[in-house]
Formats: sequence, C-alpha cells, structure tokens
Amino acid sequence: MSVRKLKQAAIALFSSVLFMTSSHAWADKVLNMRQGVTEVSQNAYDLHMVVLWVCVVIGIVVFGAMIYSMLVHRKSKGAVAATFHENHKLEVIWTIIPFAILIGLAIPATKNLLYLEDTSDSDMTIKVTGYQWKWQYEYMDGAAEGVKFFSNLDKASNDARQLGSGADVSKLDNYLLDVDNSLVIPTGKKVRFLITSNDVIHSWWVPDLGFKKDALPGYINESWTKVDKAGTYRGKCAELCGKDHGFMPVVVIAKEEGEYNKWAADQKAAADAAAAAAASTKDFSKAELMARGEAVYGTSCAACHQANGEGTGPFPALKGGALVTGPAAGHIDIVVNGSKTNPLMAAYGAQLNDFDLAAVITYERNSWGNSASIVQPKDIKAAR
Amino acid sequence: MSTAHAEHEHHGAPSGLTRWLFTTNHKDIGTLYLWFSFIMLFVGGAFALVIRLELLEPGMQWVDPNFFNSMTTMHGLIMVFGAIMPAFVGLANWLVPMMIGAPDMALPRMNNWSFWILPFAGTMLLSTMFMEGGGPNFGWTFYAPLSTTYAPASTDFFIFAVHMLGFSSIMGSINIIATIMNMRAPGMTLMKMPLFVWTWLITAFLLIAVMPVLAGAVTMMLTDRNFGTSFFDAAGGGDPLLFQHVFWFFGHPEVYIMILPAFGVVSQIIPTFARKPLFGYSSMVYATASIAFLSFIVWAHHMYTVGMPVAGELFFMYATVLIAVPTGVKVFNWVATMWKGSMTFELPMKWALAFVILFTIGGFSGLMLGVAPVDFQYHDTYFVVAHFHYVLVTGALFSIIAAVYYWLPKWTGHMYSESLGNWHFWTSIIFVNLLFFPQHFLGLAGMPRRIPDYNAAFADFNFMSSIGAFGFGLAQLLFLALIIKCIKGGEKATDEVWEGAEGLEFSIPSPAPYHTFETAPEVK
Repeated sequence: MSVRKLKQAAIALFSSVLFMTSSHAWADKVLNMRQGVTEVSQNAYDLHMVVLWVCVVIGIVVFGAMIYSMLVHRKSKGAVAATFHENHKLEVIWTIIPFAILIGLAIPATKNLLYLEDTSDSDMTIKVTGYQWKWQYEYMDGAAEGVKFFSNLDKASNDARQLGSGADVSKLDNYLLDVDNSLVIPTGKKVRFLITSNDVIHSWWVPDLGFKKDALPGYINESWTKVDKAGTYRGKCAELCGKDHGFMPVVVIAKEEGEYNKWAADQKAAADAAAAAAASTKDFSKAELMARGEAVYGTSCAACHQANGEGTGPFPALKGGALVTGPAAGHIDIVVNGSKTNPLMAAYGAQLNDFDLAAVITYERNSWGNSASIVQPKDIKAAR
Repeated sequence: MSTAHAEHEHHGAPSGLTRWLFTTNHKDIGTLYLWFSFIMLFVGGAFALVIRLELLEPGMQWVDPNFFNSMTTMHGLIMVFGAIMPAFVGLANWLVPMMIGAPDMALPRMNNWSFWILPFAGTMLLSTMFMEGGGPNFGWTFYAPLSTTYAPASTDFFIFAVHMLGFSSIMGSINIIATIMNMRAPGMTLMKMPLFVWTWLITAFLLIAVMPVLAGAVTMMLTDRNFGTSFFDAAGGGDPLLFQHVFWFFGHPEVYIMILPAFGVVSQIIPTFARKPLFGYSSMVYATASIAFLSFIVWAHHMYTVGMPVAGELFFMYATVLIAVPTGVKVFNWVATMWKGSMTFELPMKWALAFVILFTIGGFSGLMLGVAPVDFQYHDTYFVVAHFHYVLVTGALFSIIAAVYYWLPKWTGHMYSESLGNWHFWTSIIFVNLLFFPQHFLGLAGMPRRIPDYNAAFADFNFMSSIGAFGFGLAQLLFLALIIKCIKGGEKATDEVWEGAEGLEFSIPSPAPYHTFETAPEVK
C-alpha cells in the first residue's frame, strides 16, 4: 500500500512539474485513473500503473540519450560527426529487450482479461438496455425479480443543460452524473449484466466498477461486477449514440443486502400500484392526465421535441402540429407504434404503460396553445 | 511529329488559371495538393475550435448537441481525408520524382485527375453542413446503425464524398507505385532509395489494399439506407458489428498511412542536421514493412469492449503490443543517428526532434491502450483523444511542417524567415502540449469523448485544453505568413540548401526548375 501511495505522489509531482501550475489548484484534481471499488477496477489500475512505469523508464532512457546527445554532440561545441551507421549487435539487443518487456506485460494482462470476462457463477442477473437517451434496467431474478424501470438524466441537470439556460452548473453537485432512478445492487454479490440496445450502439460504463461494455442492437453482451462497499457510483454512456449522448449517465447504488431487499419490496409494491392504475378502466379527469402527462413528457419527449413543444433540427414541432391537434387515433398510433417513415421517433408502446401514454398524449394535445380531445387509458388499450 | 517534338523542348510554367487546371507537372500538382491540405487544415481547425469553445467551460453555452456532434464528425473527416492525407500526397508529388531522378510521375494525366477530384469531394462533404437536418453527426468512425437508420438525409452526400476521396487516394497510390517501380534513375536500386520514398512505397500499397474496403463499407451503408438491404441492421438479419470490423480493417492501416510517410520525412531530416548517415537504413526499411504488415492484423483493438470472444481479444492484444517492437527500432535508430553527430538545430531539425519526442509519448499511450483489460477503462474516453492527437498532430502534422521547412527553400528558391519560424515553433510546442496533455488526465478521471458538456470536476483541464487549442490554432497563422513571405522573397537559397544535405533533390538548382532530370542522373 505504501508503495502505491509513493507512486501516486510521484505521479502527482511529475505531472505538476510538467504543467508548472500553482499547487493549490491541484489539491482536488484527479490526475490518475480511479482505483474504483471492485477487484476488476483495482486490477485495471495496478496494470495501468505497471505499464505507465515501464513507459516512464523507457522514456527516461530514450529521451535522456537524446537530450544528452543534443547537448553534447552539437556543432557549436565543436563536435565532429562520427561516420558509423550500423551495428548489428545493438539492433538485435534493442529488438529483443522490448520484446521481452512485452511478454512480461502480456502475462498479467492475459490473467486480468480472463478474470474480467468470466461471468460464470453469478448470484443474480440484471438486464441493461440502452435507449436514445436513457437506460432501462430489468431484474431477472432474486429479491427484485420482475422490477423494471427507466433511468433518465435527473431533472436538475436536464434543466441546467439546456442551451442558454444560464444556470451555474458548478453549483450542481452531480451535474450530468445523476439520474431519476438509479440502478440498485446488493453488496457482496456477483451481479451479472446482460447488456443490449433498443436502437443505436451505447456503452455502459461506471469507472469505479472498472469496465465498460457496449450495448448493441441485436446482441446481448455479458459482463459482471461485485461491489463490497456500499455507496453510489457514477458513470456515463461511452459510445456516441446521437444528439444526447452526453446526457445519459449511469448511477449504481450498492446497498447492504437487508436494505437491498427492502428496496426491492418497495419497488415491487410501487410497480403493482402503477400497474393497477394503468389497468384501470376508469376515466381520469383532464387535470389528472395533464399533471401526469407533464412529468412523462419531461422524461420521454422533451429531449427531442423540447419543453416548449417547438422541436429542434430533425425533430418536428408539436406546438400546433397537424398530427397532434388532429384526430386522436393518428396521434395515439405514432406514439404507441413509432413513426413508419422516421426511425428517430421510437415506439413508446413498449416503454410506457397505458396510463402514462394516455397522459402524455393528452398533455401534448392540450399544451402550448394546442386544444384537442383528451385520451383515456382505455383508448390506448383499444389501439394496441 | 515536329510540333510534338517542339513542345518537348525546355519551357517554363504556363501562366494563368489554366496552368493549374490542366497541369500534368508533378511540382505544380504537388503545390496544389499542399495548398489544398493547408486550407483544409484551417477549416478542420476552425471546427476544432468550435468544439473547444463549447468545452471551455461546463454548461451548454454556444452550440446545440446535434451541431456539436457534426463538428466532431467533420473535424475528424476533414483533418484525416482533407488535411493529412493530401499533404503527404503533395509531398510525394514534389519529392518522389526528384529523389529518384525521374522527370515526372509515371502517370501525369491521372495525377491531375487525382488532385482535381479533391476540391469537389471536399466541397460536397462540407456542403452537408448546410443541408436540412444538418451534416453527418455520427463521428468520423460513422458506426452503424447511427450512421444508417438514424442518420440525417445528408449522409448520402457524405457517402459520395468518401467514394470520391477514395478514388483520388487509390489513383494517387497507383501513380506513386508506378513511378517508384519504373522510373528510378540508373543505379538507384531499391535499397539505395531515400527513406521517404521507401515509406511512401509501402504506404501506397496500404492505401490500395484498404481504400476499397472503406468504399465497401460506405456502399453497404448506401444500400442499407436507400435500397432495403440490412447489412448492418440486426432487425433485418444483419449485424451492426460487421460495420465496425470492416471499418477498422480499413481504419487501422489508415492510421499507419498517416504516419509511415512521417517516419520517412524525419529519416531524411535528422541525418542532414546531425551530419551523419541514417543509422540502420535497412532495419528502418524492414521495420516499416513490419509495421505495415502488423497493421492488417490488429484492427479489433479498437473494439475490445464490443463483446468479442475472449480468444479474439487476446489475439488482438498480443498483435497490437507487438507493434511497439518495430516502432521502437525506428525511434532507437533516430537517436543513434543523432549520437556522436555534429548537430545544428535549424527549424526542420527542431520540428523533427519535437516529432520524435512527442510521437513517442503518443506511442507510449498507444501501448497502454493496447493492453485490453485496462482498455476497458480507457476506451472511448479523452485518454484516447489525447493518444491519437499526439500521434496525428505532434506526429503526422509536425512531420509535414518539418518537411515544409526542410524543402521550402528548394521549392521557392528563398530561405524562410528564421525569427518568424522560431516564433511559430515555440508557440506551437507550448500550446499543443497545453492542448493535448491534460486530456490524458480527463480521460483517466472518467470523461468520455464526443460529449458537449461535462461535470464541473472536469472544468480545469478542459479550460487549459481549450486555451491550448486557441493558441495552437493562432500559431498556425504565423506559419501561413512565413510561407507567403518565403514565396515572395528572401535570402537566396543555395542548391544544397543545408550544409551536408544528401539526395538528388539537393543536386539541382533552387528553386527547382519546372522540369528536372529530363536526362536521368547516374547514381553511384
């Protein structure tokens, strides 16, 4: 441990000398890779440090020789050029030594890679699905079996990140690193992830867990983690996935098993209540639908159609839009089944329940000066 | 016959616009390529400054995310296909015939066509920015299905532009190979060729091998988008990963296409100013060939996190780190060339030495990235961005700048302004490191690439990086001023230009006459 601390100190010193910056600014600056909270992340950090030090030593030798030569073998100091231009022994040596160093690196790298990719003997499985631009988590087994939810950028970040919002984002603690619903996992368990995508390629990454894995449409990738320390770990989508690629964070909360079980029970109860509401055939009032609709619009629609309904770029305006102010059937169809001509408009029938769909469609039909009929959950049910 | 013969008499350059439109002269075409790439450097640089302006501070201040994405895309495409590659082809046009004692390129009319495709392809690519729905916004690697099903309408124009750029590159390569294989002066055996010619010969074969692969990738995109095929669409039985394999089978050799001629340039410059022959000439040739071979079997190291079988990951990791061996040999040879030399540090030498040091730093981060289990952290972060800018900016671009300083007196007949050049060099060196070095820290701390906004924890290094970007960009205006000044006048350059400069191009007058080596020189 002390060797590691020493190395960290040396790295910090090395880097600050490089930049010649004042010391106070460096106190809270991260210069090096995060060590994270899993064995995989610790392995990555250790190997990273080994390769870094190999590079530093080779750099000192090569740049040292170069700088010495530049200082000493210069014409202005009266140096006379030698004429040698070949030395087979030297060439063999500097081919073999790097080769040997590489073999030395390949051994721990192979070991780490095999460990990282070994998803066997997991205790539970969670399916992770990437969407433009949010994550969906589905618990496949264990205490939370059947729990399924979307994880969107949190509202505070989302409001602040709008172009020209004027918000002072340095005041927001977890700006762009917070979500509305975090992924919750139990500590001390090997959690296997099944990672896929519903549209384009995304990449699920939490630096403290020590890996990222691409989410590809048509593929189910596997990965795993085992976190021993309860806490909140933050990451982001790492693969360019369109307009809001920078705005789909990943937040993982590791809880002790007891707390995790309690959380799982709460989630199940909430899901049952929501399902009951969605299955209800009763008619909701316009006010109820509008209130729910505004919330759903904020998480599912505003990224493209904008909070003011005016759209942006390839995303059409809903304010005064013909489809949105026309007969309800056409509006329901495009929201539930997606657009047949424009793949940017996803099918939300698979993402939202009947109540939320009815609410958001009602909201769109009656906001920003639009004035059209309201839609009830039973209308959605009939249209599905 | 007699008139045809008369036209072959010695004559100077024709004047006016038609000289440049119809020219078949390798020097004119080289000049056209170099100016085109210089303009593209400023265009791509302007895009980079839009990116760095938005990233100057956390929060969204200047551009919307979609436009930001099209800036990162166009910056990459313009710099790779518009600036770096044409600049090296321009250098090849100017130098290869003069270095091997040939009167011109082997296929002069095709040479004209190879160049004149470029401005049209470049204009078409840039015009997408003004089309409805915006320009390409899927990154210069244009991964499907983001670039197919989910892409803006302008993507079809992007595809056509890439096809045209590919034609140009393939024709340019055929020309270079034909010239080198057939038009060397008597006595100029392969193993006597200057290293620049060798590296370009190998690069030309790489280009012919992989540009058609790129053409295949974009053609599959085109039919997926417009003709109902599903090469890359999982829902239709296709495979989005196929795109990445095909793209990187082109893309990895492509990055060596941008660095091998750089090795050649530096191998010309260092011996001149060390006043000592290049150390290990034949091992340099073999190392270049080894790197070219290895470039074909390492492509999936760009794809460690896509979910390949672990055996595949291991293979690509071993092959990738192996590249460090021949690359190391090159660096060691350059240092050994300097060793016990009698060095002076004129500007070409300054740039070449900066290349060796900074490219090696990029090589180190490349080795780190090659180690697969650690790449699961580095991948798609600013660490990668720092890495490839060290090899492409302080590597490829610096070698091009070094080459311009080295041969500019031969091209114009005038020496450049030393003081302006020194300003250019030192400001570039300081700002380019301020620009790219902090990006290593950003990546390690967890900042993904291609994002328009970030948490305040990343603010300080982004600020430094943006300041560096503006400084480095402005410094290149000094370079433009220096070149214009040097063309207009200056101290007369000697034929040899540099004390002890070797090579046939330094045996002819400065500026190089419009036609050279109409009678082949004898190489001993």
